[in-house]
This record gives sequence, C-alpha cells and structure tokens, in this order.
Amino acid sequence: MSAALLAQEADAIGSPVLNLAIFAGFVIVTLFFVLKASRTNKTAADMYTAGSAFTGRQNGIAISGDYLSAASFLGIAGAIALSGYDGFLYSIGFLVAWLIALLLVAELLRNTGRFTMADVLAFRMQERPVRTAAATSTLVVSFFYLLAQMAGAGGLVALLLNINGRGGQSVVIAVVGVLMIAYVLVGGMKGTTYVQIIKASLLVIGAAIMTVWVLGKYGFNLSSLLGAGNDAGASLAPGKKYGVSQISRLDFISLSLALVLGTAGLPHILMRFYTVPTAKEARKSVVWAIGVIGVFYLFTLVLGFGAAALVGADRIKAAPGAANSAAPLLAFELGGTLLLGIISAVAFATILAVVAGLTITASASFAHDIYAQVIHKGNPPAGQEVKVARIAALVVGAVAIVGGIAANGQNIAFLVALAFAVAASANLPTILYSLFWKRFNTRGALFSIYGGLIVTLTLIIFSPAVSGAKTSMIKSVDFHWFPLANPGLVSIPIAFFLGWIGTVTSKEYNAAKYSEMEVRSLTGAGASQTVLDH
Amino acid sequence: MTTTNGRGQAGDHFSAEQARYQTVQESAEFQELRNRYRSWVIPVTIASLAWYFLYVLLAAYAHGFMATQVFGNINIGLILGLLQFVSTFAVTAAYVKFAGSTLDPIADKIRSDFEAGR
Repeated sequence: MSAALLAQEADAIGSPVLNLAIFAGFVIVTLFFVLKASRTNKTAADMYTAGSAFTGRQNGIAISGDYLSAASFLGIAGAIALSGYDGFLYSIGFLVAWLIALLLVAELLRNTGRFTMADVLAFRMQERPVRTAAATSTLVVSFFYLLAQMAGAGGLVALLLNINGRGGQSVVIAVVGVLMIAYVLVGGMKGTTYVQIIKASLLVIGAAIMTVWVLGKYGFNLSSLLGAGNDAGASLAPGKKYGVSQISRLDFISLSLALVLGTAGLPHILMRFYTVPTAKEARKSVVWAIGVIGVFYLFTLVLGFGAAALVGADRIKAAPGAANSAAPLLAFELGGTLLLGIISAVAFATILAVVAGLTITASASFAHDIYAQVIHKGNPPAGQEVKVARIAALVVGAVAIVGGIAANGQNIAFLVALAFAVAASANLPTILYSLFWKRFNTRGALFSIYGGLIVTLTLIIFSPAVSGAKTSMIKSVDFHWFPLANPGLVSIPIAFFLGWIGTVTSKEYNAAKYSEMEVRSLTGAGASQTVLDH
Repeated sequence: MTTTNGRGQAGDHFSAEQARYQTVQESAEFQELRNRYRSWVIPVTIASLAWYFLYVLLAAYAHGFMATQVFGNINIGLILGLLQFVSTFAVTAAYVKFAGSTLDPIADKIRSDFEAGR
C-alpha cells in the first residue's frame, strides 16, 4: 500500500516535457559535431580510428566517456544507496583495473596493431583462425555490454518520461538504437569520439555539481553525510550485500576478479588506443582516463550515500527502474525539475554514447577481421570494407534494439559485470600471452579464446543469475548447478590454463615474427603512426 | 604459414626487414630497454593486484575489522578503499615519470635508428 503510494509520488516527479527538451538539445548539439565529422569519414582508417588523429587528452576523455557507462553512473550510485559500502567496491574494482591497461597493454597494443584487438594476435600467428576467434569474442563481449546499456535505457525512460508500459518503453529503446546507428554511420569513429567527449564532460560536471550540493547539505562534513546514509540503510560496514553467506562472499571475490581483469580486455576500450597517433599519446590517454574516472568514482561515494540519506531506500526501491533511479531521484531532491532534467539527459547521453562506441567496435571487428582479412585475405575489393562496416553497424544496432527490449528490467550493473567476466576470460589471457610470452602460438590463442568463451558462457547459463533464484532471469524453471552468479573466479584461471596447455602442445613458433613484434611493441619502430599536423 | 600482418602486406618484402628486426632485438640497447620495462611493470602490476586482493579479502571476510571507526563515521574499510584510489593515482604518476625518463629516450633512439636505416 505505502509502496504503491510512494511509487505514484516517484512517477509524478519532474516534467517529461522538460526532460525530453534537454535530451533533444544534447542530440542536436552532438549531431552537429557528427555531421561535421562526416566530411572526413571516407576510408576504413577514418571509420574505425578517426585516422589516428586525436590527442591523448581528447582520447582520454573519450575513453572515460566509453567507460563511465549507465552501469557506472546509475548502477553504482544505486548499489551504494541500497547496500552502502558493498556498492562502493564496484567503483574500486573498475578503477584499479586501469593499472593493467596502463602498465601492460595500452602502449604495446598501440604499437603492434592498427584497428582491432585481433591485429595483435594475427601479428605472429595463423591469421585466419585467430582473427575469427578474436572477432567472435569481440562480438560476444560487445553484445553483453550492449544488452546492459539498452536494458538501462528502458528503466530510465520509465522514470523520466513517465512511460510505464512495456510497449512504450520498447519504442523509446528503438529510438535510442536508431539514433546511435545514425551517429556511427554518419560520423564514424571521429563523430563517436566527439559524442564521447561531450558526454563525459557533461557527466563529470553534473556529478560534481550534485556532489558539492550533497556535501553542502551536511556542512561539507563527509563523516556526517556517511552517518546519515548509514542510518538510512546504506551500511558503512562491508557485508550487507555480499556478507550473507560463504557463497555470497565467494561470489564477491569472483566479481572483484572479473572487474579488475576485465577492463584491459574490453574490445571497445582497446580500440580507442588506436585513435591516437603514437604509443606515448596512448599512455597519455590512459593517464587522463584514470584521472577522470577516478574522480568520478569518488563522486559516486557521495552520491550513493546522499541518495540513501536524502531520498531513502524505500522511495528508490519503489521507483520505476528501482536501484538505477537513485541518482535521478537525488537530482530531483536537490535541484527539482531542472536538475532532474539535466541529470536525466546526461544519463541518456551516456547510454547513447556507450552504445555507439560498442557498435563501432563490433562492426569494425566484423568488417576488418572477418570480411577484409579472413574472407578476402587482406585484399578486399576497393571501398567494400567501409561498406561492409556500415552494414555490420546496422545489423549490430538492430540486434541491440531487439536484445535491449528483451533485457529491459534486468539489473544493468550485473549485466555489465558479466561482460567483464567474458572479457577477462576470453580476451585478457590471450592479449597478455601474446604480448609477453615468446612461445605463445595459434593453438594457445584458440584454446584460451574459445575455451574462455565456452567456459564463461556455460557457467553463466547454469548460474543462479539465469535460473533458480529469486532474482533470476528465468523464474519458471531451475536448471542451475553452478553456485556463483559471477563466473570469473573459475573461468579466468581456466582460460589462462587453456592458453598455456594449447601452446605447449603445439610446435608452432615463428621466431622472426616474434622479433619484429617485440621490437615494434616496445619502440614503435615500423608501427603505423600518424603525425599530428595541428 | 601465412606471413601477412595487420597491414595486409605479404611476403618477400618482409623477410629482409625481419632480419633487421632480429638484429635490433639482439642488440644490447634493445635488451636493456626490455629489461628496464619488464623489471618495472611486472613487479608493480603484481604488487598492485596483491594490494587490491588483500583489500577485497578484508572486505569479504573481516567485516568487524573493516567496520572499526577511526574518526567520526569514517571506518577502516573506507580509509582502505580510499587508499586504493590513492595507490592507483600514485602508480600512474610513478609510471609516467619512469617511462618518460627511463624508457622513452632509449625507445626513441632505437626507433629513429631503425627508421633512418630503412
């Protein structure tokens, strides 16, 4: 009864017209940049990597835009508001993960490849099988990530535009999907990067304003804000969410492992390292990204405890979108209709931009790895590769729309965590072995990619995330036998092991190509480089 | 055995170049660069991950310890969590400094020598 009343109150917040108007403003501004970028979107290099002409700072902010997805903003704020300290653990894992990208992956990858993750593997292995494998795992990771973003769009729409029917939400998800396909087709990587930069700036500024505002309400005393949040149920002590049983503790460790090892295996993040001219700029990109992302995650602590204290767990849970609506509800509590409108538009922009980044990665992987390199052995008919990339973007977009409508209502932070688990199992072992292990070869790469994918997906299908628990996707039947919702703890070590066993059971070893790769990866000698002319 | 690479060029052109890469790889200069790089990033990565997992294990199994209040409502768990931020920023800054002073000069030299000799 009281929950229904609260829900009605939550429904009534804000002005859908104003929310729409601010969002439309964002779309118009970004479309302007995308159209401007379209004039130089001709070749495959323009389409995938914007001609490698962005600076480290621009790319670093764009990486933050790609990384700070709806799961980071809405998901983490909500998780902290409802579970307190346990929610904050997401922020920490997502940040520390960048050290692996900075120290081990970004620069070497930039020097070795050109467009996609598969470029690095194909360097010294049998090109066609490893490209096919890398493209497969790129598509799977991107698909999970896309699902999470599109599912988030549905919940957000429900809250902001007051559309509660599933049909109406589906229409809005489709509109989001069509918009992002347009961005990718027209603007390519350059247009998408501008969208990321604008969105990341808006997101950080919006979160900063809310953070200062919340702190101001507590006399800029973090301790009293945390105390008020704690009293409202956002436990300051760890264990509220993950401390309930031995299994949930293991689940938490499994999640932490996937978060910290997943980032450097996310294809849409890896691809961003190619949008800069040199490895030094790639390093600078990661440094900027760590700065922006780190500061943002510090804000999430204040926003989450602020939402618990000022909005309250009951209102958050009762709102359409539940935990995902903590940040928008907090915005309304602080600055009324206008701030809600702005924060909502920013959240929308976040989803749109991340979906565009994922789409471009998935389509590049298909057009470059499968079409140009595997089918046409590196010599596709002139101009055809870009055409295929565009068609692939359309298909990926359509799949994202359908999947998003189906996944509407799922927990977005959780879906993103699954994408991280797949990336950490199928991609990271292969990338690290390939860059650091002389002996690594084709069979090792195929074992770790396909093995990692199959083990991870199998464990997910038979986990309580899919069936057998109150929060499962399928509630009617129970076919789960794997106790953990997060597969990383098992699947990541298995994938590393498979990569090793595959390698040592195969005699293949190309010493000359390894010399070339090692020299190139560490010095940039002979790497594809573009001189910045501005 | 295919010898095409990411640039889609194939064959003989590369065998001469590959010999040059091999010469560079065997040079003392390059071995020095490789040693400097690996002997810094590998231990630092392992230490950072160990520190992260120590924190994760404490958060999972030492609730009482993590909930100990230090000042006001700020508890040990929160301080350790914020220290993860501090250590991430510190490692980033240290790596930038290390790479700029210790790796870049030697890497740049090898590259320009290689490209001049092309």
